Amino acid sequence: MSNHENHTHVHRDDEAQKLGMWLFIFTELLLFGGLFLVYSIFRMQYPENFHESSLELSVTLGVTNTVILLVSSMSVAISLTAVQKNNYKLAKWMLLLTVALALAFMVNKYFEWGAKFHHGLYPGSELMHLLDRGHHLYFGLYFFMTGLHALHIIIGVILLLISYVKIQKGKIQSDNFMHLENAALYWHLVDLIWIFLFPLLYLIS
Amino acid sequence: MSENTHHITPYRTLGIILLILLSLTFVTIEITSIHLGALTVTAALLIAGVKGFLVLSYFMHLKHESLLLRILVALVFVLFALIVLITFIDYAYRT
Repeated sequence: MSNHENHTHVHRDDEAQKLGMWLFIFTELLLFGGLFLVYSIFRMQYPENFHESSLELSVTLGVTNTVILLVSSMSVAISLTAVQKNNYKLAKWMLLLTVALALAFMVNKYFEWGAKFHHGLYPGSELMHLLDRGHHLYFGLYFFMTGLHALHIIIGVILLLISYVKIQKGKIQSDNFMHLENAALYWHLVDLIWIFLFPLLYLIS
Repeated sequence: MSENTHHITPYRTLGIILLILLSLTFVTIEITSIHLGALTVTAALLIAGVKGFLVLSYFMHLKHESLLLRILVALVFVLFALIVLITFIDYAYRT
């Protein structure tokens, strides 16, 4: 890499950048892991309540969002491959597709949450006070976990858009793509978490 | 030692992985619609595990990363499994 003639080049350590991103991903995995653990314990404590509450969720919306995230995870991976193969046009289109899918996910989430609020199913609502403790816990966890996940989607979109601009400006190239690689890793993390969130919240009842 | 001989994941591989992930999602939906109690939960979580493994290996290309990184990732999952186990033991034997 580094040669003696060219002192203008910036020092770079791709491996360290990648390792740093992974260390951050570990903390994220343990953060959501802890929430999954809380969910499991309360689910064992209030099986009936959790069962009834999970029936309130729309499986159709859940499946749609799962498909959206899986496809978006592939599109961002394609974007990275495209950059490595010098196909910047495809890379940029794939990033835009990923962002569009992320926005579709958020629109779905908006309608899903909206319906819950409409039915009075949110922590602290009048209806919630009449229901059993397990329902309260289920919806508390539902909003917190999907909310935290949605926050990650928003951050992911910002990172992907920064990558887009960097490709545009030629700062991400086939021999210098760590920013895109790390943004993509973050996006896959969002997908990875959803892979576990979806069956736990929507399906197992 | 910054060697730039990184592995490029082919488009084809990414497409195939997506198809497997989508199929597994629909398998999960089918399985959970059959009510088998604890078995349903186990099956759903197992399939989620397989999907997670595919995302980590191919989309996050761990398959072609250094041994160090792969061991670190595995250790995080071992750590999480231990946390779950210890918490469950605590929960089961609490009076």
